[in-house]
Amino acid sequence: MVPTPLAGPWSLDIVTSDAALRKLLHGLPGVDQVGAEARAAALATRSIKREAKMWALEMAIAMIDLTTLEGSDTPGKVAAMCAKARRPDPADPEVPPVAAVCVYPDLVGAAIGHLAGSPVAVASVATAFPSGRASMKVKLADVRDALDAGAQEIDMVIDRGAFLSGRYGQVYEEVRAVREAAGSALLKVILETGELATYDNVQRAAWLAMLAGADFVKTSTGKVAPASTRPVAVVLLAAARDFLHASGRRVGVKVAGGIRTAKEAIAYLVIARETAGEDWLSPTALRIGASTLLNDLLMQRAKQLTGVYSGRDHFSID
Amino acid sequence: MSEPTGRAEVRRTCKLFVGGAFPRSESGRSYVVSAADGTPLANAALASRKDARDAVVAARGALFGWAGATAYNRGQVLYRVAEMLEGRRAQLAAEVGLAEGLRPAAARRAVDASVDRLVWYAGWADKVAQVLGASNPVAGPYFNFSVPEPTGVVVVLAPQKSSLLGLVSVLAPVVVTGNTAVVVASEDRPVPAVSFAEALATGDVPAGVVNVLTGRTAELAPVLAGHMDVDGIDITGAPYRAREELERLAAANLKRVLALDDVPETQPTLRRTRAFVEIKTVWHPVGT
Repeated sequence: MVPTPLAGPWSLDIVTSDAALRKLLHGLPGVDQVGAEARAAALATRSIKREAKMWALEMAIAMIDLTTLEGSDTPGKVAAMCAKARRPDPADPEVPPVAAVCVYPDLVGAAIGHLAGSPVAVASVATAFPSGRASMKVKLADVRDALDAGAQEIDMVIDRGAFLSGRYGQVYEEVRAVREAAGSALLKVILETGELATYDNVQRAAWLAMLAGADFVKTSTGKVAPASTRPVAVVLLAAARDFLHASGRRVGVKVAGGIRTAKEAIAYLVIARETAGEDWLSPTALRIGASTLLNDLLMQRAKQLTGVYSGRDHFSID
Repeated sequence: MSEPTGRAEVRRTCKLFVGGAFPRSESGRSYVVSAADGTPLANAALASRKDARDAVVAARGALFGWAGATAYNRGQVLYRVAEMLEGRRAQLAAEVGLAEGLRPAAARRAVDASVDRLVWYAGWADKVAQVLGASNPVAGPYFNFSVPEPTGVVVVLAPQKSSLLGLVSVLAPVVVTGNTAVVVASEDRPVPAVSFAEALATGDVPAGVVNVLTGRTAELAPVLAGHMDVDGIDITGAPYRAREELERLAAANLKRVLALDDVPETQPTLRRTRAFVEIKTVWHPVGT
């Protein structure tokens, strides 16, 4: 039985005030913490072998937002990353390109030229990433800056302080404003679940972002521990599934931060398949924000193809 | 069975030693180990290829720190392991005696020789460079040095017969120069190797520098020989008929392969140490 807190034709009119949002978000069915953790743990033990593993590895590669978000980033590093994004394994053209590269707004320009003519999108973090502590004016300028440089996807952060103090209307308006500023660009809303304290809050933040027009809800900035966890992915994917039932609009989920091994990535694929359904097994509905993960996926793929365990010396360092 | 004493015997679980921890096999398997006279001794963990993979990951992770430690420090750590073994001589002698069917005096001699051998190699830690390295005469205003550097992650298939002395004789020369090791213990006589791993864990050996697997050599050796993240392999413990295949697998990433027939029972040598170092030669201008 899928809970449908928003039965009937979808209308944004009902969620314009703090009070209405509070009523809606606090009316969502509570998340069973023990159940979500047990479910995530059980799904993570599922064994994926042979053809299914090969499929999962290549799907995970195609879902990656290859990310570099360091203060020490340079145009050179971004160029190298773009080359890797287009063709992850130079020795094997069968490996699909990743979904996108994810950089700071000032490096969008550096990335865009290297990805021309490729299916790889350029995503930019914006709105005073990672803290989100700036005025709305600055946040919107940040977004426009990234879009002007050519970004096709925007990863915004929500104001966790406002969310945790119950100022849902403010968070909603911020996401709405960025949604409008972003235009046709894909909008991913970073909830920073590591700062939200409870799964109920994660679910509320996800609904809030989805109501406000997010194309993706994303777990973390990668700057806060814990980053993406499997139970949080269960909660987000369940919320995305319920939102589809309630509104008819599919929202994707992006897990990011701390995902370094193929095994973990495949666990997220299993969770997506079992929680939200097969439709989420696509780069249009599930993304993985990562950098070192790509090499592990390539190594595991090589293991599947050659039968021997591969070594990291055989792949480019990133 | 021992005499009834009114006390429940606390039995030891023989586990693997990977990354400084003692996990059971990922596969959940174990196998019965028998004494030389056929009586069951223990259930040892039967390592799978995934345990081998995990051990290589642990060894690779430990390489930077171990290879970067000063030679003096490595020597001290190995000496510390000898100290740990010294205190366990009685236990080790009993286990070696049972595993190899030796009389108590012979078992004690084997254990003493193992401890002494470890000390012998520990002493070489800061002397290897003087023996294997060189200052080369060149026709120009340069200093020219050759210095030994560790090869990297080295797999050691320990001798099948000599359960402790054999193990120490093949392992110590590999790790003394800064390599990290994945050791596959004697298949039928793994108990002394497990005790040796417990001594390593209580010594100052950093986690992952030595990883000890117990199980079927025929199952683990091809996986490790073919592993692209392994830099060298000592196939002493593999049967002759398996060696050609192991060398073929090892060639895929140009591993250094050592296939000496004998395990030096009497005198240790530097041959095994020499096999797993790379000689780096550097030119340095004179006077700057």
